[in-house]
Amino acid sequence: MGGSLSVFDHMERVGDVEWTLAPHDGMLVAGRIYADAASIDQLRREADDPKGWSAVRQLKNVASLPGIVAPALALPDVHPGYGFPIGGVGAFDLDDGVVVVGGVGFDINCGVRLLRTPLRRGDVAPDIDRIAADLYRAVPAGLGSKGALCLSTKEIDRVLREGAPYVVRLGDGIESDLEYTEENGHVDGAEPDAVSALAKQRQFQQVGTLGSGNHYLEVQIVDELLEPKAARAFGLAAAQVVVSIHTGSRALGHQIGQDSLREMASACEKYGIRIPDQEMVCAPARSPEGQRYLAAVACGANCAFANRQAITHLVRTSLARSCSIDPETIQTVYDIGHNHVRIEEHEVDGVARRLLVHRKGATRAFGPGRSDVPPAYRECGHPTLVGGTMGTSSYVMHGTSAGMELAFGSGIHGAGRALSRNQALKRFRSDGILSDLAAKGIRLLAHDKRGIAEEAPGAYKDVDSVVRAAAAAGINVPVARLRPLAVIKG
Amino acid sequence: MPFVYLDHSADLAIRAWGSSVGEAFAEAALAMFSKMVRADRVRPVIAREYALQADSLRGLLVAWLAALLVPKDLENLVFSRFDVDVRTTELGLLLRGRALGEPLDPERHEPSGEVKGITYLGLDVREEAGVWYAEYVADV
Repeated sequence: MGGSLSVFDHMERVGDVEWTLAPHDGMLVAGRIYADAASIDQLRREADDPKGWSAVRQLKNVASLPGIVAPALALPDVHPGYGFPIGGVGAFDLDDGVVVVGGVGFDINCGVRLLRTPLRRGDVAPDIDRIAADLYRAVPAGLGSKGALCLSTKEIDRVLREGAPYVVRLGDGIESDLEYTEENGHVDGAEPDAVSALAKQRQFQQVGTLGSGNHYLEVQIVDELLEPKAARAFGLAAAQVVVSIHTGSRALGHQIGQDSLREMASACEKYGIRIPDQEMVCAPARSPEGQRYLAAVACGANCAFANRQAITHLVRTSLARSCSIDPETIQTVYDIGHNHVRIEEHEVDGVARRLLVHRKGATRAFGPGRSDVPPAYRECGHPTLVGGTMGTSSYVMHGTSAGMELAFGSGIHGAGRALSRNQALKRFRSDGILSDLAAKGIRLLAHDKRGIAEEAPGAYKDVDSVVRAAAAAGINVPVARLRPLAVIKG
Repeated sequence: MPFVYLDHSADLAIRAWGSSVGEAFAEAALAMFSKMVRADRVRPVIAREYALQADSLRGLLVAWLAALLVPKDLENLVFSRFDVDVRTTELGLLLRGRALGEPLDPERHEPSGEVKGITYLGLDVREEAGVWYAEYVADV
């Protein structure tokens, strides 16, 4: 008797960087994967190991959920997550579809904000140690850190309802920060009553904290302009100093995720939804449970926008003081989330429809002309921010019209992990990484010294290849490559 | 050490075991805190008590681990010792547990990473040849 088919046996290459997963075994739609040869090899190895975790099997699960309207997508940074694969996108009908906790994750609206400065490499290079040390002190990070804002119940409800604008009104930001934040830093539909008291209590001291793990703050140099016209629109120039902030909704998002998993497990039973795996627990979008989750997730999203806004203020104040510049010359290029579910309008088979788009480890990448893109960026599409590893480049990209059709206007969010944390710990040593980074002229200040090896650049896919694959797929256009000068890890 | 970390490319996959469900759950908790801090340096001087209920052992495992994550945010507490008893009652499965630890001291405990939540991926509680296993994946 032959062995059973692997999910990968249903994959077919249909383009240079495009593969299709044919519908089978309960899938309602196909899967579509954009990936280069190295990623495909990795996906195949995972899929062929029945005991391991497989991103393709997870994509198959997404394609099996009720109300999915078009192929489930995996972008070039795809790797196994829980629920959706990371780098996964799924769009569902508002009436017949489901909302999926594993399509958003625990770190709701985790994302990246990019700040540009009037500084050039030569202005900071001689003093980078001092500048980095100042930022390290200014931004609370690591397990147990507390933010400068200590909120009451009433105030936290305002953060959840209002998002980044609330923080700006407190004086921690400038109006243009909001103009260049996705959704202007505030998503509609947030209902603080949909969030447990425990979730709020856990967040009281965490607004304005970076967190830990793969969250970071980087001082970077614009290393190369790859699309000069869009770079000009984004206010980016060669050798310019920029700062990236990568963090999310902290404990509030974590608790919303945990509470919602339990509620969705009950909802699945209540509504008789057949799910392919327990990790895919979900609820009909129109059910009270689904509506409650969407209201809670909007609160988590607003909290993450507020958090990145509060950290922006800390960075702006610290950097302006360290470099003797006007704080208001440090400006937001864009702020974009990569773990979310949003109600968006897209064309499906030529018909405009309002859909629930889940993006797990994937960003929006809206192309030219969309009214929800800031006017200054509307000619090319808004920036997408692709985080590299602490030793490699990050990228600024933008969306395309083709990406609107092919991928619901979605973009890659990072390099994507290639090795497990376990494997990374066996293969790399923190002191070796520190010296490798130093040799490249990169300062690393880590609150978490033991975690350095887990986040080793070698534990990730090659970000340059991932970016090339997204460009080859026609969904994202590389605009600028950023190189780290100083990395502050949570 | 009655737990191992398994390979998962993004998150933290754990298999813990013991001679009873309670022991396996205690080891599952130790595995989680051993990821976040040097648990062998966390003194068991402050106790927190838990009474949790669920319809299934898997649900109970998630409830237990998720509950243990709360005090780090509310009271800055991390734990290193766990006593757990799980039994079936008229009301369903009941867990009574005690966690012992102390306030986080970054110098001594050398925190590393943070468990964000307990997922349903690969979640399993089972008995094989008299040994109870608790398996789960934590988002880190």
